[in-house]
Amino acid sequence: MNTNQYETVIILTPVLSEQQMKDAVAGYRELITGNGGELVHEENWGLTKLAYPIQKKGTGFYHLFEFKANPEFIKSFELVFRRDERILRYLTVKLDRWGVDFNQRKRNGELRTVTPQGTKVVVKKKIEIEEDEL
Amino acid sequence: MSKESNFIFNQTPQVLQKKKYCRFKKHGIKYIDYKDGEFLLKFINEQGKILPRRITGTSLKYQRKISVAIKRARHLSLLPFVADGLK
Repeated sequence: MNTNQYETVIILTPVLSEQQMKDAVAGYRELITGNGGELVHEENWGLTKLAYPIQKKGTGFYHLFEFKANPEFIKSFELVFRRDERILRYLTVKLDRWGVDFNQRKRNGELRTVTPQGTKVVVKKKIEIEEDEL
Repeated sequence: MSKESNFIFNQTPQVLQKKKYCRFKKHGIKYIDYKDGEFLLKFINEQGKILPRRITGTSLKYQRKISVAIKRARHLSLLPFVADGLK
C-alpha cells in the first residue's frame, strides 16, 4: 500500500480546559493509529497567541501531528476536523523528501529550535525548574 | 580642465552595490518551514506583504517556496494577512 508522510497542524479553541484539550488530541491520535496510520512525531505548542483573531478568539492550542498514512485517509481525517467545533483551523501538508529530512534533523536538534514566538522554549524551561525544586 | 572632467565622467560610479545572492542556494537549504514565523518575517514587509525577489535576492525556485510557506503560515495565524508596523 502506498503511504505518504503528512504533517497536520490543528488549532483548538482556548475555551477548552487543559484536560479537554488533551482528550481531543488523544482522540485524533487514536484516529490516526486506528486507521492504519503510523505516528512519527507529535508536538504540542500549548496556548499560543494568534496573529489575527479567528472566531473572535485571540489565542489557541496548537498541536502538530506528523504521521505516515495512505492518501485516502486524509480525506476522512479532514472531514472530522470540519465537523468538530473545537477546531478553529487545520492544515495538512504532504511532506516531500526534503521536508521529512528537515523534520528529522529538527528533532535531532541539528537545527536551531524553531518555535512560534519562542513560547514553547519558555514553557519547557519553567517545567524543568519546577521539577528540580521538587 | 575639460580632459579631467571627462575622465571623471567616464569612470564607473564608486558606490557599487553589494551583489545580492540567494541565501537558500548559498547555504544549501532545501526545505522552507512554514511553522517558523520568525524566519519568514525576513521575507515580508512591515505591512505583511511578501517582498519581491528584486529586493531579497532569492532565486525563483525558492521565492515560490517562500510564498507558499508564508501563505500557509498566514492560514495558521502564525503571520498576519494585514498588519501595521510589523517590524
